[in-house]
Amino acid sequence: MTTRWFGERVERREDQRLLTGGGRFLDDAGHEALAVAFVRSPHAHARLTGIDVAAALDVDGLVAIYTWDDLPGRLADPLPLLIPHPDLTHPRTQYALARGEVNHVGEAIAMIVAVDRYVAEDAAERIVVDYEPLPAVVGIDAARSGPHLVHPDVPGNVAAVTTQELGDARAAIAAAPRVLELDLAIERSLSSPLEGRGVHARWDADDRRLRIRTSTQTSTGVRAAVANILDLPDVAVDVVTPDVGGGFGTKVVHPYPEEVLVPWAARLLGREVKWVEDRYEHFVSATHERGQEHHVRVGFGDDGTILALEVEFWHDTGAYTPYGIVLPIITATQLPGPYRHRHYRVTFTSLYTNTVTCTPYRGAGRPQGCFVMERTIDRIAEHLGLDRAEVRARNLIGPDEFPYDFQMTFQDGRPLIYDSGDYPALLARLEELVGWDGVAAERAAAAAEGRHLGVGLACYVEGTGVGPYEGGHVHVETNGRVMVATGLTSQGQGHETVFAQIVADELGVDVADVFVTTGDTRRFPYAVGTYASRAAVMSGNAVALAARAVRAKAIRVAADALEAAPDDLDIEAGLVHVRGTPSRGIPLSQVAVLSNPLRYSFSKEAEAATQFSSPADPDVAPVPDDEEPGLEARDYYSPVRSTFAAGMHAAVVEVDTDTGSIDVLRYAVVHDCGPLINPMIVEGQIQGGVAQGLAGALLERVVYDEMGNPSNANFMDFLMPYLSEVPEPAIAHLETPSPLNPLGIKGAGEAGVIPVSACLAAAIEDAVGVRIDRMPISPPELWAALARRRPTPEVLA
Amino acid sequence: MTSVSVDDAVGPAQLHEVVVTVNSVARSARVPARRLLSDLLRHDLRLTGTHVGCEHGVCGACTVLLDGEPVRSCLTFAVMADGARITTVEGLGAPDGGLGPVQRAFRECHGLQCGFCTPGFLLLATELLARRPDPSDDEIADALGGNLCRCTGYVNIVRSVRRAAEILAEPPSGDGA
Repeated sequence: MTTRWFGERVERREDQRLLTGGGRFLDDAGHEALAVAFVRSPHAHARLTGIDVAAALDVDGLVAIYTWDDLPGRLADPLPLLIPHPDLTHPRTQYALARGEVNHVGEAIAMIVAVDRYVAEDAAERIVVDYEPLPAVVGIDAARSGPHLVHPDVPGNVAAVTTQELGDARAAIAAAPRVLELDLAIERSLSSPLEGRGVHARWDADDRRLRIRTSTQTSTGVRAAVANILDLPDVAVDVVTPDVGGGFGTKVVHPYPEEVLVPWAARLLGREVKWVEDRYEHFVSATHERGQEHHVRVGFGDDGTILALEVEFWHDTGAYTPYGIVLPIITATQLPGPYRHRHYRVTFTSLYTNTVTCTPYRGAGRPQGCFVMERTIDRIAEHLGLDRAEVRARNLIGPDEFPYDFQMTFQDGRPLIYDSGDYPALLARLEELVGWDGVAAERAAAAAEGRHLGVGLACYVEGTGVGPYEGGHVHVETNGRVMVATGLTSQGQGHETVFAQIVADELGVDVADVFVTTGDTRRFPYAVGTYASRAAVMSGNAVALAARAVRAKAIRVAADALEAAPDDLDIEAGLVHVRGTPSRGIPLSQVAVLSNPLRYSFSKEAEAATQFSSPADPDVAPVPDDEEPGLEARDYYSPVRSTFAAGMHAAVVEVDTDTGSIDVLRYAVVHDCGPLINPMIVEGQIQGGVAQGLAGALLERVVYDEMGNPSNANFMDFLMPYLSEVPEPAIAHLETPSPLNPLGIKGAGEAGVIPVSACLAAAIEDAVGVRIDRMPISPPELWAALARRRPTPEVLA
Repeated sequence: MTSVSVDDAVGPAQLHEVVVTVNSVARSARVPARRLLSDLLRHDLRLTGTHVGCEHGVCGACTVLLDGEPVRSCLTFAVMADGARITTVEGLGAPDGGLGPVQRAFRECHGLQCGFCTPGFLLLATELLARRPDPSDDEIADALGGNLCRCTGYVNIVRSVRRAAEILAEPPSGDGA
C-alpha cells in the first residue's frame, strides 16, 4: 500500500517550533551581540555639510560610530545594481552610508555600535548632522513635469524608457470601430511584514570565517554581494537565514546597507554585531512599491472584442534603482491577462523621486497591470451595454490555444509564452461560485430597501516559477533520516512541509522522516531566492529530481545486496524490496550504510560496509568510477521559461452612501496553479493574499507630503487590516498541469493579492455608479466621489 | 541646519531588581527603569517566543498575559511587572511537554504561516477560552481583533480558536491525540 503525500493536507513540519516559542527569528539569537542604531535623514533631499559626533562620544557603552568616510574599499562604492537592463540608461544605487547627499527620508548617514540598542539610540540622538535642504521631488507628477531633479546627472528624472509591441497597436486602434481612453492609477504601498529586517554577524577569527544571519529572501545573494564587497573568499562567508517573519518581496533586495555594514563592523571589532530594524525604520528604509499612473487607449469591436491596446505608464521607482526595471516590465507583460491580444503596445517610463526605493512587493507590478486591463474591460462592457463577464468570455484565450505566444520578453529575459490553462472553465466556475447570474436580482432587492450592492470581477494571469534555477540535495543518512537542503529561503510558506511531501513520494518514505533545510549556504551554496511565486516550482522540482537520483542509487545498491534485478525493486515505507515480495528487502537506512564502503565501523549496522564483512568482486573498486560514496544526490531544475498560473476573483460589496464605508459581503476566488502539493497551504496563501489585496484596495497606502516627509510611517496611520476587516473568501481550484516541469506545478504565493483592487473597484463602481479609476479608495474619498458624481468620458471614435 | 540639545554625558543606568513569575517559574533580573518588559523577557530571561513587531503597541505580537490579562509587553516597562505573574507562549504547552490545546488547534487549522505574530494570538485565544469556553464569532473577533497578522488573512486563526474550544471541551483522553 503506497501512501502519496503530494496533494494531501499534511500538517506543517515547522509549526511545532513556531507554536511553542521555539522558532529562531533574527533577534531571537545573539543576545551577547553589540547592537546597532542608525542616524537616518529627516530630509527627503539634502546635501550633507557636516557630521558632528563629539557629543555622542561621551555616552557610556558606546563602541563605535561610522560614517561614509570610514568605509574602506568597495564598501565605499555604491551598492550593486542587482538587475541591469539595456533600457535602464540611468541606474543609480545608494551608498551603504550617505556620501555627501541624501535622497529620501530614512537614508542612513551614520552607524552607531554600542553595548545595547538603548545606548546606541542615546548616542544616535547626540550626533549632529548639518543639512543643506534641496527641493524634493515627490510623486510621479513632480518627477515627470517638475523642474527639480533627484540626481543632478539624470535628466528629467528618467531612469529608463522601454517599449514592447505585439503587432501594430496604433494602426489597429486607428482602424477600430470603437475607441476608449482612460487614466488609471495605483498608489504606493509596502510589504510590511510583521518582522522587520535584521542582520547579525559573527567573525570567527580562529577559522577566519564570517557567519551572517539575515532576515532575507536570498541568502546566496547576500553571500555573493558581501563576499565581494568585503573582499573575502566566498567559501569564508556563510549566510544563514533564520526563521523569517514574513517578507512579501521587500526582503529580496540585497544587500541592504545594513547587510554589508553589520558584517564589516563585526569583523573590524572582532565582536558579534546585530541590527534589528524597528518599525519606523521599516517604513523609511525597507523598499516600497505599487505607485504607477497609466494612460490607456483601447480599440474594440461592437461585440466587445478587443482589437488593439496601447498603454503608456509611469513608474515611481523612488530614489534608487537596485532592482532595475523589473517591476514595470512585469506590469507591461502581465497586463494582457488571460485575453487574446492581436495588437498591444506598451511603453513605460521609470522615474526617480525623493522617496524610498521601490522593488517588488507581493504581486510585483501585477496588481497595477490587472487593474488597468480589468478596468478597461469593464469600461468596454459599460460602453456597449454588455454583461462584464460576457465581454471577458469573448476575449479569453481558449484552452486549445496554448502555448500562447505574446512575442514579448518577460521579466526573466525569456519569451512571454503562456504554457497552459483553461480560462473559460475558470470564468464559469467563478460565476457559479459568486452566483453571478443572481446578483442583479439581489442588487435590485437591496436597492428596494435603499441599500447599494454591487458586484465586480477581475481576472489575471501570473507568470510564476521564473528561472534561472534552483537546486536540491537529498541525503539518506544511515539512521534512515532523509535530509534535504535547498538554497532558497522561507518566510512562512511551509517549504519544510511541501518539499518533504515531494521527497517522501519520490523516495518512498514517510514524510515524518524527511527534514528540510532552506536558505543556509552551508548546506546548499547555489540558489537564487524566494520571490515571484517560484519556490514550489523551482525547488520543488529540484528536490524531486535529486530524490529520483537517490532512489535510483538506492535501487542499484540494494539490487547488489539482494542479488535482484534493479528493475524488480521498489521502495515503499522506507523499505527497498522485490516488487510484490516485501519480505525480500532492506531498509533505506541499511542501503545508506552499504552505499558508503567503510574502513571503520561506527555501529552494529555499519559493520556490513566494512572491508572484511562480505566477499566482493576483487576487480571492482569499492567505489566504482561512475559512483560516489553515500546515499545522496544533488540536482538542479532550470526551466526554459516561466509557467503561467491564472485566477479570477469576484466580490459583492455594499456601500453606505452616507458615510462612504465599503463592506465586502462575499468574496470568491477561483485559482489554477496546477496540481496542488498541499491544498491547506495553497488555501492559506490565497486567504492571506486576498487580505493583503483588500488592504491595498481599501486601507493601505504610503503617504508623503510635498516635502517628502512620510505622513503615516507607523501602524496607527498605515492601516493594516485586523481580523474584522477581512472577509472569508470562497475558494475553488482548477488543476491544469504545466507541461514545463516534471511535477507539472505552478506558483501560488502572490496570486491572492493580484486582482483584488481591480475586483473591488468594479464592485464599488457597480454599487454606486461613480467611476473608480485609482486605488486604494478610502471611505472619505468614496464619499467625496459620490458628492461629485463625475460624468462618463467621451467616446473618441 | 539641525541641532539637538545635548544633556550631560549619559552614564551607566541605575538598575532595579525585578522579580516575576514567568510560566510558573520565579525569575529575576536587574534592569534599568526604561527597559521594556518585552526586552526583559526576550533578552534578559531568554524567552524569545514573545516577538516585537512594532514597538508602539499596535500589532500585538508582543502580547503576554500579566496576572491573567493580555498586555502589550512592548508598552510595559519591566519594572512595572515586578511581582507579577506572566504567561508567555513558552508556557502554553501540555503538561506532558506536547502542544497545548490552543497550539494543537492552530497547527490543525493552519492558523499560522510565518509564525511571528502567532504567540500573541495564542495568548489572546488562551485568555478568551479561559473566560468563554464556547465563544461566539463576535466574541472571537472582539478578543483577537486588536492583533495584526500579515500572512493568514485571519480565516484560519478564527477556525483555530473554534477548534481549540472543541479540543478543550473534549473529555481528557489518555493518548493525547
